[in-house]
Amino acid sequence: MNVEVVKPGLLSTLQDRGRHGAAMLGVGTAGAMDDVALRLANALAGNGADAAALEITLIGPRLRFDAATTIALAGAGFHAQIGGDPVPMWQAVAVERGAVLDIGTARHGARAYLAIAGGFLVDATLGSASTDVNARLGGHVLKAGDRLTAGAPTVRKDASPRWSLDPRPWFDADAAHSIRLIRGTHFDALDAASRRALFEREFLIGNESNRVGFRLEGPALALGTPIEMVSEPLATGTLQLPPGGQPIALMVEHPTVGGYPRIGQVAAVDLPRLAQRRPGESVRFEEIDLAATQTRYLERERALDELIDAIRERLSA
Amino acid sequence: MSRESAPDVVIEPLGDSALLLRFGAGLDAVANARVHAALHTLHAAGLPGVVDLVPAYATLALHYRPEVWTDANGRVPWRNVAAAVRVIFRTPPEPAPRDDAIIEVPVCYGGAFGADLDALAAHAKLDIADVVARHTAATYRVAMIGFAPGFPYLFGLDPALHMPRRASPRTRVPAGSVAIGGAQTGIYPAELPGGWHLIGQTPLVLFDAKGDPPSRLAPGDRVRFVAIDAQRFDELSHA
Repeated sequence: MNVEVVKPGLLSTLQDRGRHGAAMLGVGTAGAMDDVALRLANALAGNGADAAALEITLIGPRLRFDAATTIALAGAGFHAQIGGDPVPMWQAVAVERGAVLDIGTARHGARAYLAIAGGFLVDATLGSASTDVNARLGGHVLKAGDRLTAGAPTVRKDASPRWSLDPRPWFDADAAHSIRLIRGTHFDALDAASRRALFEREFLIGNESNRVGFRLEGPALALGTPIEMVSEPLATGTLQLPPGGQPIALMVEHPTVGGYPRIGQVAAVDLPRLAQRRPGESVRFEEIDLAATQTRYLERERALDELIDAIRERLSA
Repeated sequence: MSRESAPDVVIEPLGDSALLLRFGAGLDAVANARVHAALHTLHAAGLPGVVDLVPAYATLALHYRPEVWTDANGRVPWRNVAAAVRVIFRTPPEPAPRDDAIIEVPVCYGGAFGADLDALAAHAKLDIADVVARHTAATYRVAMIGFAPGFPYLFGLDPALHMPRRASPRTRVPAGSVAIGGAQTGIYPAELPGGWHLIGQTPLVLFDAKGDPPSRLAPGDRVRFVAIDAQRFDELSHA
């Protein structure tokens, strides 16, 4: 079946869990900014975790379905509707042939995922359906008139279940909550005032922020002593410090290597929360150590696996 | 910052799901050769849950899935991965088996193909012909690929051709541009922003996501530039 893009929204791209194996050739991972919301949308639509879904940013698209199917929306809170009827998020929703889904504007958070039963079918590029907007790999940013193809549904497509997920443990766009940060390799090279400021002061997410990185505006951070460094590998969540003193939190389309000091590393469990913040919103960092953040990550993965199993059981019941 | 050492390699975490292995410092061909040897060794070792190995100048990242590296003792994943890496490097890595073949990259130098060639010649106090002769005389080693898919950073530039990067980067550098930034030379595989001095352009396609392999050059490869004229550039562009 096909989905026609009537209006593309602000930045709508197909994403999966990212591209791996070609980073040594300079190819980044890309993939969903909020990997938890992606997985839950896919689970609710009856898909496996690796299915491609539509990442929607701040202003959603208008889509026409040429056959009946099941969809699920998870992530940032959007006002979605079909023919004036609200489309609830965090649950499977049956749509009829010819239905026009209007996703509207995000009320809170920045990104949501639209999964469709059977997944969006995309010719994989280097093993992934993800769109790397910055490196121009994979698909492109959706435009009006595009036609997306969806696979065959694996669950019943004729009924909307009467239950939905409680998003609270899985989604948090509240900018008042701190983002946990591990000290980076070059944290100790910051001067004393900057070491304090990093964990005590507030930063604003700059307007130039995107899927490559979030530019953080706040107190200028400075090194106590200059560092002689050459390009070294980077990771999603790395907090880089360019000479201007305003750090950049690297997101999923970050380059594979870079030569700025790495003063911190956002905890993996908090990457989806950071991804849901908008330009102009604030960020405060709270220190966590690596053992604690890995333990929390493992706990979250276990809980998420259990939830996804439970969703699967209920959908097939 | 926690660090763990094995002989001649310092292992440090790079967040929750990567380790950084350090084999030296700076732009050093010896350290870089050790990075490539380690890349080969780790690739062959096939550690579970390793999703990417990323060689840089003197360091190498190992990106892993923490959930694959839990153990019954409750030790956190990064320590388990670091321990496995230490075991692998207990035997110093053999140099990576290298294809000694030299990959030739045709370049049309100067003019519209290399807008900064004159500036480089002036900076180096050399004739244009001498700059080209020196750039084509050297054999280079691909130290790493980064910045953009397929962008090779090459070691081996004649010191007479070193030149600090442009004060203001260009927003658009044409695909195939051969450029000099500091002590290095490299090739822009696609139209990109860039701050290096453009001295020529190759008609070769350096990166094609549908190709196998997708990148014409790989870390550790040897490269030589061959001067071509505009007519040959056109022929090769349409080849």
